[in-house]
Amino acid sequence: MEANNRWFIVASVVVALLLAVMPLPLGWLWFRPSFTALLVIFWINRMPQSVGVGFAWLVGLAEDLVTGAALGTHALALAVLAYFSLLTYQRTRAFNPAQQLLWVFVLVGIQQVVGNWVHNLAGKPVPGLMFLWPALTTALLWPLTIPWLDHMAGRLQVR
Amino acid sequence: MLGLAAAALIVINLYTDWLQPLRERAAALVTPFYWLTDAPGRVTDWAGDQLRSRDELLEENSRLKRQVLLLEQRSQSLAAVKAENTQLKELMNSAEMLDERVLVSQVIGVSPDPLEHVLVIDKGRDDGVVPGTPIMDAAGLLGQVIEAGGSSSRVLLITDASHALPVQVLRNSVRAVAEGTGDLYRLKLRHLANTSDIREGDLLLSSGLGGRFPAGYPVGDVVSVIRDPGRPFAEAEVQPRGRMNRSRFVLAVLSGEEQSVGSE
Repeated sequence: MEANNRWFIVASVVVALLLAVMPLPLGWLWFRPSFTALLVIFWINRMPQSVGVGFAWLVGLAEDLVTGAALGTHALALAVLAYFSLLTYQRTRAFNPAQQLLWVFVLVGIQQVVGNWVHNLAGKPVPGLMFLWPALTTALLWPLTIPWLDHMAGRLQVR
Repeated sequence: MLGLAAAALIVINLYTDWLQPLRERAAALVTPFYWLTDAPGRVTDWAGDQLRSRDELLEENSRLKRQVLLLEQRSQSLAAVKAENTQLKELMNSAEMLDERVLVSQVIGVSPDPLEHVLVIDKGRDDGVVPGTPIMDAAGLLGQVIEAGGSSSRVLLITDASHALPVQVLRNSVRAVAEGTGDLYRLKLRHLANTSDIREGDLLLSSGLGGRFPAGYPVGDVVSVIRDPGRPFAEAEVQPRGRMNRSRFVLAVLSGEEQSVGSE
C-alpha cells in the first residue's frame, strides 16, 4: 500500500478547530473567519473524488463539539456548503483568483445563513446582517492561505 | 441523508437534553483545544512573573501582607457576627446556614460564539463541579455551570441573553429578577412595579430564591431606573459587579448536591 499522507488533512482540520476557538478580543468575535469552511472548500476542490459531504459533516460535528454549539449546527452548515462546492468544483478550479474569492464569499455566506437559521431556532436573535461578516473575512483569507496549503499538499502528495 | 441526520441532531439538542452525557464525555477531547489556545496567555503570564524586578516584588509582597492583615481582622469580626447570626436564626427556627466550600479555578477559554456568554474553566466533575454550580470572582457573581466534563466545564454568565437570576436590593430587600441582555456590562430588571423602591446606586445581592445561587452575594449596581407613566412597568439597568470578561481566576461555590439546569 502506498502512502497517501492523509494525515495532512486531519492535521489541517485540527489546526482549523484550534483557530476556531482561539480567544479573540470581544469586538472581533463577529469577524472570525470560518476556517473549517475554508478547509472544506479547499479539500473538495483538490480531491473531489475522495473528500465529500460526509467529510464536511464530520468536520462540522467536531466543530460543534469543540465550540459547544448545538450538535449538528456546523455539521449541517458545512454539509450544505460541501454539496454546493462539489456541484461546482470544476468551474471553481477554472476561475481566476478574483472570481474564486467572490465564489468563496457566496459559499461561506450560504453556510452562515444555515448556521444563522439554527441560531434563530435556538432563540438567539442575530442583530441584522452581522452574521455575514465571516463570509467576507473567509473570502479575504482565501488567497492568503490557499496557495500555501496547495503547495504543501502537492509536496506531500496527499491523495 | 446527512442533512436529515444533522437536522435531527439539532432538534434533539435544542429541545431535549438526551445528548448531554455525550457532550460531557466529549469534554475530555475538547479540553486540550482550549488548553492549547490558552497557552500563549499562560506564557505571557509566566514571563510577566519571571521578569518582574525585585523591588516590584518586594513592594507587592508588603502590600499583600498589609491586605492580609486587614482581611484577617475583618474575618475575625465576621466570625463573631456569624456565630451570633446562627444563634439568632436558631432562635427563630429558620433553616441552618451552610458553610460553602470554595474552589479556585482558572478560565481557559471563551465561547467563540458572539451570541452567547460562556466561559470554559479548568475544573470539572473530578473536582466536584456539577451543572448548576455558581461561579463568582472577587467582585461578584459571574454565572453558573451548564456543562461539567471531567476536568473542565462551561459556565453561562449572568449577562447571557438567556440567563436570569433572582436578586434583592441590599437597602430594603425589594426583590426582582435580573435578566442578562447579551451585553457584558448590563443586566436588566424588567417588570418592576412602578411604585417599587429602587434607586440609582442600589446594590443588588443574589436573593437565593431560585435555589440555584447562594443568597447574599453581590450581583451589580443599579445605574438607571426608567419610570414611564405610559408603560405598565418600570425598568432598571444594572451594571454587574463581576468582571465578566476580565477575570482570569474564578471561584466555584460547591454545595454538594447536583441540580439540573433547566432553561430559564
